[in-house]
Amino acid sequence: MTIAPTKAPAEKGVHLVVRSWRNYVVYVGFVVVFLYFAATQGANFLSGTTLVNIVTQATPITIMAVGTVFVLSLGEIDLSIGSTVALAALTAAVTLQVAGAWWIAALAGLAVGAVVGLVNGVFVTLVRLPSFLVTLATMGLVAGLAQQITNLQSVPVTDEAFGWIFGGGTLLGVPILIWWSAVAAAIGWHVLRQRRFGAHVLAVGNNASAARVSGIKVTRVRIAVFMLSGMTAALAGLLYAGRLAGATYTLGTTDLMSVLAAVIVGGTALTGGRASMIGAVVGSLFMSMINYGLLLAGLTVAQQEIVRGVIILIAVSLSLRGKKGS
Amino acid sequence: MNPLSLSGISKHFGGIVAIERFDLEVESGEVVALVGDNGAGKSTLVKIISGVHQPTDGEIRLAGERVAFRDASDARSNGVEVVYQDLALVDLQPVYMNLFLGRELRRKPFGLLDRAEMARQTQQLVDDLDVRIPTAKATLSDLSGGQRQAIAIARATHWASRLVLMDEPTAALGVAETAKVEELILKLKARGAAVLVVSHNMEQVFRIADRVTVLRRGRQVGTRRVAETSHNELVSMITGLSS
Ligand SMILES: Nc1ncnc2c1ncn2[C@@H]1O[C@H](COP(=O)(O)OP(=O)(O)O)[C@@H](O)[C@H]1O
Ligand SMILES: [Mg+2]
Repeated sequence: MTIAPTKAPAEKGVHLVVRSWRNYVVYVGFVVVFLYFAATQGANFLSGTTLVNIVTQATPITIMAVGTVFVLSLGEIDLSIGSTVALAALTAAVTLQVAGAWWIAALAGLAVGAVVGLVNGVFVTLVRLPSFLVTLATMGLVAGLAQQITNLQSVPVTDEAFGWIFGGGTLLGVPILIWWSAVAAAIGWHVLRQRRFGAHVLAVGNNASAARVSGIKVTRVRIAVFMLSGMTAALAGLLYAGRLAGATYTLGTTDLMSVLAAVIVGGTALTGGRASMIGAVVGSLFMSMINYGLLLAGLTVAQQEIVRGVIILIAVSLSLRGKKGS
Repeated sequence: MNPLSLSGISKHFGGIVAIERFDLEVESGEVVALVGDNGAGKSTLVKIISGVHQPTDGEIRLAGERVAFRDASDARSNGVEVVYQDLALVDLQPVYMNLFLGRELRRKPFGLLDRAEMARQTQQLVDDLDVRIPTAKATLSDLSGGQRQAIAIARATHWASRLVLMDEPTAALGVAETAKVEELILKLKARGAAVLVVSHNMEQVFRIADRVTVLRRGRQVGTRRVAETSHNELVSMITGLSS
């Protein structure tokens, strides 16, 4: 005996087309905006320097996008990443002055991210508060700490090794920031698609009670993802500190919007269970390209923000529209 | 030794008595139906055996050995599989990932997920059980309710080493889909599993069960061989009204 599918085939076909179309918004958008800037800016935009700049400028966003893909896959959100960038960067810069070794400074910065993530994860899982509220609170708390630890003062980073590793270095002729982006994206994709952990994250985000009765340690997965998110934000902070040769409490403050836009445009569902790591990386390059193109076009900072907001709104609505019901 | 033996199981939720002194033995290759009105405690009993709830009192023995499960995965690793009333499936994932949820196969030496092998084993299992789905790689949300329930049962079949519990496995299904699921239950029985199935449907009880036990407001009213009881007797046991 056979069980007939309940959906009519025609309806299902339409459904599939609509779904896959949404998944490709970011790639189509990328190409369209690329061609637009190429046509209007010409050689200026198509120069090697410009293209390299687009990727290197995107690096901190790309790295945070990798963490955020996991967070959204769980059906959670982490609003604290922007302020974690600043606190981790300042912590690393201060540690560098005290301890002097680049790797101690880097570990200290990453530890800040891990702790912020742990606090977020514990409040979400054990205290059972919505991640939106928890991370809104820690966003403020961490931003306050970042202003407190150096009393609003910037801290210069003069360590050569640190500056090379997290900023201006080149390896095999390729800027180190591009290596960071590529490695973070590759590891993120690998963990999400090829590791048990990634499968468990998607399962928890899709149906937490099913995951629990299937033996998945749901609490542990959630806490680990928040820690991962905090640590990607901390790494982004190190990369800012390296590239700008210093840290200040304003670092990363506007990044949250770009990261969320990159990930959502890239096809990761806000509701959990559905994720695209490659989409998020392309989304991050897309955001960076828009920034760069608007800069080249000679718009003022205020005008850039307006245009960027409009583009994000359009791109996000295209990729989210109708997704709720499906 | 019977795969499942329950004696004196009670469960209180605060002041509510959900189950009161429940006894039951289920043999290998036997299907026992658990019936009762809404709120009688059927789901609670399934959750006690599967480790979701801990009994307030009483003993659970699996193949003669006393067990006390901390949680559902503890029960699973002891060979107790459950098909839940609300499907415990992840519908954005492929069929094969659902079949291996929480027990994903990995490939040496790097421990990568072995998707190809999981898909292969799943395909073989659904073919063996004659579950008709387009492919083991299909996303679950593209399947019908009956196909999904069939996947849930196939999963239980694949992993159960002694006992399968089912909580109203056909409640949400149409006639043809129900027939398919009942066929799967009989296949499980033929493979020697002990099956305890909660059902609302009297005809179904008579079609698939060897014995039936009745709960009324947490109390066990009685247990009958299906061959030796009647529709009317069961209804009056369930409702407490003499017919
Ligand atoms: N987690 C719980 N907390 C409190 N009461 C519960 C809980 N689960 C079930 N109950 C109560 O136990 C009784 C039996 O419920 P249930 O086992 O779901 O019945 P059935 O599956 O037979 O319809 C009901 O009165 C229900 O309200
Ligand atoms: Mg029930």
